[in-house]
Amino acid sequence: METEKIRKRSRITEKELLAPDIYRLSFETDLCSSAEPGQFILVYPPDGAKLLGRPICIADVTSAGSGDAGQRLSIVFRIAGSGTREIASCEKNDILFIEGPLGHGYPSDDDLLKGRDIVLLGGGLGAPSLLFLAKKLAERKDIPGSITVILGYRDSSLDHFLADDFRRIGIETLIATDDGSEGIRGNVLDAMDSSGIRADLIYACGPMPMLSAVKRYSTERSIPAYVSLEEHMACGVGVCLGCVVRTAEKDPHSHVYNARICTEGPVFDIKDVEI
Amino acid sequence: MSTQESRPDLGIDFAGHHFRNPVTVASGTFGSGLEYSRFVDLNTLGAVTTKGVSDKPWEGNPTPRVTETPSGMMNAIGLQNPGVDVFIERDLKFLAGYDVPVIVNVCGHSVEEYEAVVERLADDDRVEMLEINVSCPNVKQGAIQFGTDPGMLTEVTGKCRSKAKNKPVIMKLTPNVTSIAEMAKAAEQGGADGISLINTFTAMKIDIYRRRFVLGNRTGGLSGPAIHPIAVRMVYEASHAVKIPVIGMGGIATAEDAIEMMMAGAVMVAVGMVNFTKPDAVTDIINGMEKYLTDTKTHDIRSIIGLL
Repeated sequence: METEKIRKRSRITEKELLAPDIYRLSFETDLCSSAEPGQFILVYPPDGAKLLGRPICIADVTSAGSGDAGQRLSIVFRIAGSGTREIASCEKNDILFIEGPLGHGYPSDDDLLKGRDIVLLGGGLGAPSLLFLAKKLAERKDIPGSITVILGYRDSSLDHFLADDFRRIGIETLIATDDGSEGIRGNVLDAMDSSGIRADLIYACGPMPMLSAVKRYSTERSIPAYVSLEEHMACGVGVCLGCVVRTAEKDPHSHVYNARICTEGPVFDIKDVEI
Repeated sequence: MSTQESRPDLGIDFAGHHFRNPVTVASGTFGSGLEYSRFVDLNTLGAVTTKGVSDKPWEGNPTPRVTETPSGMMNAIGLQNPGVDVFIERDLKFLAGYDVPVIVNVCGHSVEEYEAVVERLADDDRVEMLEINVSCPNVKQGAIQFGTDPGMLTEVTGKCRSKAKNKPVIMKLTPNVTSIAEMAKAAEQGGADGISLINTFTAMKIDIYRRRFVLGNRTGGLSGPAIHPIAVRMVYEASHAVKIPVIGMGGIATAEDAIEMMMAGAVMVAVGMVNFTKPDAVTDIINGMEKYLTDTKTHDIRSIIGLL
């Protein structure tokens, strides 16, 4: 029987420090040619003492330059503990096991996008998940509506990482900071309102308090919204039931009010999850 | 390349049932096989052991439910499952499409709930054996309470045995006891056809920066390679205390670990946490066990069971 190979040793082709403790790693891989924005990979710490893969969203997939094998998949992550510290200590040409693409990403079918003004809301480390989406949306010449991204940061200590990457895609990019040190003072929703930006469709990724606020905002205004969630995971493929989120209706797989973030998510219709 | 005749025999017999090899998976680390069937040919396993199933659907515990620990992990899933009706309609139906024996893990809050599930499965031809989970540390009522008191363990074993008709009943034991030999004897006395051990160790982890428990349930079960040497010791003690066969588990990550567990006294072995970190680990373990037998000129794997 042929079984799938979605876990492979992959070479690091680039490493970049974007801000204190925030890194971009690019891998040479053929795993993610079908990857969609919002999907994630598991990255296994190389030492072997830490066993679980770290779930990290796909920040971009590009084709390799001429003469190079495979595609380039990049991730952007912050050192959050000893596992991500180990991954961040890897250098160009080091080899890591990665597994993916996993989960369900941001829906973007024609009927959903058609004629809508789209707003992407990224809070802190939520921005990388939206970068790949922004690129794919910008490639869709058939979308008549506008696309705006609003990136929220606490202050300027993270150097507004990735903001220039969004700008390079050519979509309008606003910055909001809690302390007003850059862009608009306030959170991403404050920035949307104070800038008079209209949203017919919201994609959001960020810390849970921000996503809860997006849920209230979109519900009050009946704006369709999709959010990407994160949670501690063990398997990443729907077996361990470690990474669940409370759901509004009984989940068709679990038959209880829980859905697996790794499998049914990480992106959910905001109406479907209790956040 | 060895010929068909000279290949070692991995087949074993457990509670009167024959299995093509001794390797199954630890309940809760393999779902009902659907997700890992992308990575593993289920027909190569000795048996699939399914995630614990209860009478009614269980919601499980609040998140976070899992966290990594040195050479292992802690979990407090809380036996979330869709209930036995969905399990029969969906999971058993899926597994019936494969040529692999199914060991169904049964959980409950009370003796009556265990009995209800056992009764539903006792006549189902798709079920090879029943494993009764009296050892989950993560549910408030039932489970581990039945597995830490010898009298209660004997009683719940007898009740399940009487409802199980011709299905072998295996009692899954917790290591959170003073004497595993005493618990093994209590299960045997209740009429168990076999025992499986070890379930996870009750453990705790604190996030010192957030100053709170890491797991939503405060405590969780520790598993993985970190506990393997303790599991080997407990399988040794339990298997020497009873005549019924033992499924050995606890941190098995390699073929060598599995062989070691059999030498300690296990007739079958179950692969657990490593499924999460290496989804095709069971395939490597089965192949590695065959290679070990070939390399050591051991023709029949049964000859290494309880060698020490």
